[in-house]
Amino acid sequence: MQFPESWLRALVNPPLSTAELCHLLTMAGLEVEETLPVAPAFSNIVVARVLSVEKHPDADKLKLCKVDTGEHGVLQIVCGAPNVAAEMVVPCALVGAKLPGLEIKKAKVRGLDSFGMLCSARELGLSDDHGGLLPLPDDAPIGQDVRKYLNLDDTLITLKLTPNRADCLSLTGIAREVAALTGAPLSLPEVQPVAPAHQDTRAVVLDAPDACPRYCGRIVRGVNAKAPTPDWMRQRIERCGVRSISALVDVTNYVMLELGQPLHAFDDARLQGAIHVRYPQAGEALMLLNEQKVAPAADTALIADDARALAMAGVMGGEESGINNATTDLFLESAFFPPVVIAGKARALGFSSDASYRYERGVDFELQRKAMERATQLILDICGGTPGPIVEAVATDKLPLRKSVTLRTARAARVLGIEFTAAQIEKLMAGLGFAYRRDGDDFVVTPPSHRFDMEIEEDLIEEIARLHGYDNIPSVPPKGPLAMLPVSESRRSPMQARRLMAERGFHEVVNFSFVDAAWEKDFAGNDAPIVLANPIASQMGVMRTTLIGGLVGTLVANRKRQNERVRAFEVGRCFLREPAAAPVPGFRQPLRLGAIGAGNVLPEQWGAPARRTDFFDLKGDLEALFAPRYLGFEKVEHPSLHPGRSATVLLDGKSIGVLGELHPLWVQKYDLGAAPTVFEIDLDTLLATQMPEYREVSRYPAVVRDIALVVSQEQALQPLLDAMKAAAPAIVLEVCLFDVFQGKGLPEGQKSLAFRVVMQDTARTLADAEVDAAVAALIEAAKVKFGASLRN
Amino acid sequence: MENLEQLVTQAVADFAQASEPAKLEEAKARYLGKDGSLTGLLKGLGKLPPEERKSAGAAINVAKEKVEAALASRRDELRRVQLEAQLAAEALDVTLPGRGQTRGTLHPVMRTLDRIEQLFRSIGFDVADGPEIETDWHNFTALNTPENHPARSMHDTFYLLDEAGKVQEDVLLRTHTSPVQVRYMLAHVERHKHLEHMPEIRVIAPGRVYRVDSDATHSPMFHQVEGLWVGENVSFADLKGVVADFLRRFFESDDLRVRFRPSFFPFTEPSAEIDVAFMSGPLEGRWLEIAGCGMVHPNVLRFGGIDPEKYTGFAFGMGPDRLTMLRYGIGDLRLFFDGDLRFLSQFH
Repeated sequence: MQFPESWLRALVNPPLSTAELCHLLTMAGLEVEETLPVAPAFSNIVVARVLSVEKHPDADKLKLCKVDTGEHGVLQIVCGAPNVAAEMVVPCALVGAKLPGLEIKKAKVRGLDSFGMLCSARELGLSDDHGGLLPLPDDAPIGQDVRKYLNLDDTLITLKLTPNRADCLSLTGIAREVAALTGAPLSLPEVQPVAPAHQDTRAVVLDAPDACPRYCGRIVRGVNAKAPTPDWMRQRIERCGVRSISALVDVTNYVMLELGQPLHAFDDARLQGAIHVRYPQAGEALMLLNEQKVAPAADTALIADDARALAMAGVMGGEESGINNATTDLFLESAFFPPVVIAGKARALGFSSDASYRYERGVDFELQRKAMERATQLILDICGGTPGPIVEAVATDKLPLRKSVTLRTARAARVLGIEFTAAQIEKLMAGLGFAYRRDGDDFVVTPPSHRFDMEIEEDLIEEIARLHGYDNIPSVPPKGPLAMLPVSESRRSPMQARRLMAERGFHEVVNFSFVDAAWEKDFAGNDAPIVLANPIASQMGVMRTTLIGGLVGTLVANRKRQNERVRAFEVGRCFLREPAAAPVPGFRQPLRLGAIGAGNVLPEQWGAPARRTDFFDLKGDLEALFAPRYLGFEKVEHPSLHPGRSATVLLDGKSIGVLGELHPLWVQKYDLGAAPTVFEIDLDTLLATQMPEYREVSRYPAVVRDIALVVSQEQALQPLLDAMKAAAPAIVLEVCLFDVFQGKGLPEGQKSLAFRVVMQDTARTLADAEVDAAVAALIEAAKVKFGASLRN
Repeated sequence: MENLEQLVTQAVADFAQASEPAKLEEAKARYLGKDGSLTGLLKGLGKLPPEERKSAGAAINVAKEKVEAALASRRDELRRVQLEAQLAAEALDVTLPGRGQTRGTLHPVMRTLDRIEQLFRSIGFDVADGPEIETDWHNFTALNTPENHPARSMHDTFYLLDEAGKVQEDVLLRTHTSPVQVRYMLAHVERHKHLEHMPEIRVIAPGRVYRVDSDATHSPMFHQVEGLWVGENVSFADLKGVVADFLRRFFESDDLRVRFRPSFFPFTEPSAEIDVAFMSGPLEGRWLEIAGCGMVHPNVLRFGGIDPEKYTGFAFGMGPDRLTMLRYGIGDLRLFFDGDLRFLSQFH
């Protein structure tokens, strides 16, 4: 809501500066979003009349003017404006005047003295119009300061109103609020009933009384639709950001801005029979004033006559029944439509109107007759004509109720945390103009018809707090029972998990949860993703089921910025359809941790040979994350990964994610240069950790034996190692692979695996025999199940 | 005797001449070796008359000790020189960079969330989490925002298509973290239903939220932190105290100005918008909108299973993205979401 300060001050004028007034409004919940001076600073510019215009003897485009500036005398001014003419009234900058970026001095222009400057609208900073001098009305007082004459010492104030404050969508409403906040007297324009000069009426039938509990209509005959809008009115509505169209339209807008009641004017000659408020009939269509043809939905209220639909109630008038310059007879509408009837209707058609904006937030339902009288009077004053009587149709039982609300002084004090007395509250209530009855320290309040946001006690408490001033409520350090929060040693927070990743050299990224459908297909083999109904862009069209797409995207983006070495991770949700999921049925939304490693393992450095990140680097990162818990890995096929270089990650035998090198197809398609390695796991499995388990440290020497086993090249290590560990007696502390060899000296298709076996007992020194037996047991396990032989 | 002194002098001179251990050993052999001159003198003692033998022997031994001392000293000297040479040869350029992996970073917004969590934990707030595909009921209805409420138009909401390709009415991408309030209250009430006095609720809920909006200051996905404190006498004054305290701690600025001004949210009443103004730096003196808050609306408490006559509470919602931008002077929100390591790696 934008309005000129001068209009507000005409209604209520507290002794506050513009800045103070704006602060007051902001701190009362009517946030001032912007203030703009109507005109930039300038001085010494007066209304002047051009007395004569002669050609400049030495310049084709310049003219020599004599200008009457009233008390400042008749001046000689050289002017180059194309539209300068004798008798014209224009703004004249006197010698010494200061304009934006310009100071006027006595000057010689091509040899002739010039004592000032005649001004265009652009030179005054009023508009971009530089076509010529700004013409002023003939009756403008010569010699008067232009700022005063054009009311330029004014500020445009824009309020950012919250949806509950529809009552402040008018100057009257804002003025009422300022009066309540400051105690300054209100001087609203008096509205008198206009006596009918003829008895012509149209019947009003409320076919849908729930959609329109009150409708006032009136015929005004013989108006001059071509009458000009008075300057004061045009200035006010234009400074509210409303375009001046014609006097009749301007009056309806003026009354809406002044009182908050939207009005509509029909051309009475284009109406047939009675006025109806009803819902649409099957197949009914309507051409709106904005030339949009609509087929209104069944719950859209219409204004109609006996023959056809005329307008979308409370939203916009119809093209075929509207007024134009030839209109002589008006049918004026002033109606109340409840918020629920209008809410969302304009939005559904892709526009908003001043009327619908107000109706869906709540218009005072007792304002219709007053607004009608006010508009009638203004029309008679400006366009002439003769008014008929007002026809008012009311469905009293459908009007909004104003149920009384009880406000308890003690409750207000408890909710706000300050001491309040009933007397204080009474004073604030009176300031608001709310009707109330006192019952001890309780107030039984009946909210006024212009407030749609006073339904419960808390609403009134907010009013009290607002008027009291939020600033005047103390900031209290909180008091509460002190109880320690649990700090678990067997569970870490997502933040700690993130830190573990950062410690291992990964940078955290936050990628969008919605991705390109192609990513889902490529990286998750997902042909039926969860699709957004209204995506912001097609490449953000579906919900992800994997973090891998986003991480590949991170690599692509960084490669474009000449960064080939990328170690990045993300913690975020994936979204999968699953009927039995909780807490939102139908959608499983696990938090996952995903990581990508590409380029060299280590940053460029002199002291270590460059080596590309591979599968085993990220495997090492994963194992470190989960330590001391033991992860298993099994070969797996995954849509995003190289089939020979990917594994499912197992924890306690359950799959918790995947690890692998990106599939060469995607390396090529996404132009990644070389294959990155990625992993993705369920975050929850990483958050559950375990307390350290203490084991006695032996005082006796450890025995170390190395064994080399020859097995088939296809033999995976893990089952072999698992089997050896399972067969190991208790003295075996550790079986660790330290070398893998294939080639010279081994039979074709075979490889050698070298293990270091560490044995120790906490109670005694080991005997050779039991060491030999333990090693033999390990070898035997490898032999029996895996055909391993000892390498000589 | 003259002779012996000369011999010692000569030996000391010879040792000093020896520039390396092998040469020193050669020189030693000349005096103390099997055929060395001192060894010879000692061997010749037997040929002396007995009355001279004793004094001559003593003199030779004195000379021998002197020579041996000179030898030891020279050996030490040569060892020291050798060690010095070795150390000099082994010297490193200590200014060469260290070897190995560098540290990664948390996302700057996560840093902020981490600090928010720590600050609120310090006054007993739990940290909760909620789903991002949320029911319409939790996101709007239970937050006192029924269908067609004008406040719904404040949130441009992402909706999903069902498997048949039709818009699914009952779920959406959550537009704020406030639905976690309702989920937490319901769970809290259930957990403590056997108790006569329900313990207080103190919780924050950070997370991702979504709105149909995209430009330099809006991202279709961004972060929010919700806070909720419900107890028997929690007041607006407490709300002001907690939030103002938090903001001053977060920005580590005791003179940060904080103001609360009336606003409107369907799920709080009274409601306030929180502005801050820094007393120094590039944003000095400007009021910046930073969070929304208010006393939990009685309807919301009821939806959470809590009696609003018995309990009151406050809630707030703030944007950690904006807090992060203000904290580090970042001008463009989009930097948070485009994965540029040149940007992210600065937040060590």
